[in-house]
Amino acid sequence: MFEPLQPVSLRKRIVLGAAFFVLFFLGWAFFTLSGIIPPLFLADPLATLQTGVTLFVEFDFLHDIAITLWRVVGGFVVAAILAVPLGVAMGAFKPIEAFLEPFVSFCRYLPASAFIPLLILWAGVGEAQKLSVIFIGSVFQIVLMVAVIVGATRRDLVEAAYTLGADARGIVWRVIVPGAAPQIAETLRLVLGWAWTYVIVAELVGSSSGIGHMIMDSQRLLDTGQMIFGIVCIGVIGLVSDLAFRRLNQRLYGWAF
Amino acid sequence: MALLQVDGVSRVFAGIAGGAPTQALQPTDLVVADHDFLTILGPSGCGKSTLLRIIAGLDQPTTGQVLLAGEKIQRPGPDRGMVFQSYTLFPWLTVRENIGFGLREKGMPADLQQDIIAHYVARTGLTGFESHYPKMLSGGMQQRTALARALANDPKMLLLDEPFGALDHQTRALMQELLLGIWETDRKTVLFVTHDIDEAIFMGTRVAVMSARPGRIKTQLPIDLPHPRHYTVKTTAEFSAYKAQLTEEIRAESIRAAQMQP
Repeated sequence: MFEPLQPVSLRKRIVLGAAFFVLFFLGWAFFTLSGIIPPLFLADPLATLQTGVTLFVEFDFLHDIAITLWRVVGGFVVAAILAVPLGVAMGAFKPIEAFLEPFVSFCRYLPASAFIPLLILWAGVGEAQKLSVIFIGSVFQIVLMVAVIVGATRRDLVEAAYTLGADARGIVWRVIVPGAAPQIAETLRLVLGWAWTYVIVAELVGSSSGIGHMIMDSQRLLDTGQMIFGIVCIGVIGLVSDLAFRRLNQRLYGWAF
Repeated sequence: MALLQVDGVSRVFAGIAGGAPTQALQPTDLVVADHDFLTILGPSGCGKSTLLRIIAGLDQPTTGQVLLAGEKIQRPGPDRGMVFQSYTLFPWLTVRENIGFGLREKGMPADLQQDIIAHYVARTGLTGFESHYPKMLSGGMQQRTALARALANDPKMLLLDEPFGALDHQTRALMQELLLGIWETDRKTVLFVTHDIDEAIFMGTRVAVMSARPGRIKTQLPIDLPHPRHYTVKTTAEFSAYKAQLTEEIRAESIRAAQMQP
């Protein structure tokens, strides 16, 4: 059973993956329902589920989810549209890389959440501020990762393309870009996951809607059930969008997987 | 008529991290006539691939120059089709799209492209595999596609850098016959680098033997075996005589190469 690197069947995989969730919930239920942990600190699973239903029915939680989704996707898409071409240009053309790489590397280490006070000053507490946080958190990461992927283009393929008559333009558009596309798509999937953490941070401060705002409100009411339900929702949405993104990549780039 | 002329081409590689520079190629002269099938035979590390890469335009000579049809070679171009030892098909393109890569780059109309692709698919025995991706193909199939891709561009000459080096013995023999058959029909000029003596004799109209590093062309031997050549020619007395002679030549160089190892 424990042979190194031996693959497991799909069925076993699903059963094992689900088993952990079951164990997790059992543990949670045990500690809360038995009273070892008082409900003030941690609501039990049933109460959490109940408050979840109330949230959807009475407080229009679906609207909060939609708002948060729009912020994540909006900020992320703007960042990707700008960062992917820039990353490709940096990876393909070394002078551009030498020009921008040090600055972008510096920016990458600026924590997006530290910009929130400044962004509130610049952009207010509206949507522009939320999108900016996601944008700042994603754009530099994408640029650098795409540049590395493009820089690792197989040189023998580039040489083969040259001997077939390709010019610099042909090398970029017909070798570098298609060759790097699957990995770029995987990078975007990864960064989308990070964008989720930024959006919640942005919503915890100076927001009147969204999942993060709901969690913040629940804290004032000491409603741990709502807080946990909000966190679980984020997890579920993240898991689903990640799976969908992965499927899409596998469909688009069948040759690479 | 000389199609390709190599004049005093040498190559010195700069030392790594301040080390001593390495001379890979001594000043070398070589003339390849139109419709020749020249095989370059040499021990490993003798600089034969370096010479081929310079002719392809993928590397620059330290001294000397290479002329193709009287024009100096500066950079790689579609007039010299190349097949590499490693598998260099574009993994995101099907067999058909790989073969058509150069044609599309030329801006040829799509229907004309398809005619040429179909022609070379048939000639290299790839019928039925047109829509396959490279990862679905065996090594032999991949190299056939690479050959078809180079031929489809209709280059002035073909440069082959140990194209069958990674294949098993049987596949390799079949690929030799395939390439020789194509050459016997088209008589397109070929420069074929190998370290396999049998392959050099069987394929070539002429064999150029290179010395150990730093390499140079040591001897040239015309191969007067009749065309079309059948694989059974490998068991004839004439073939054995050529083999004995070249084995001596190459053995001396291999020993020198082995002694030079640090």
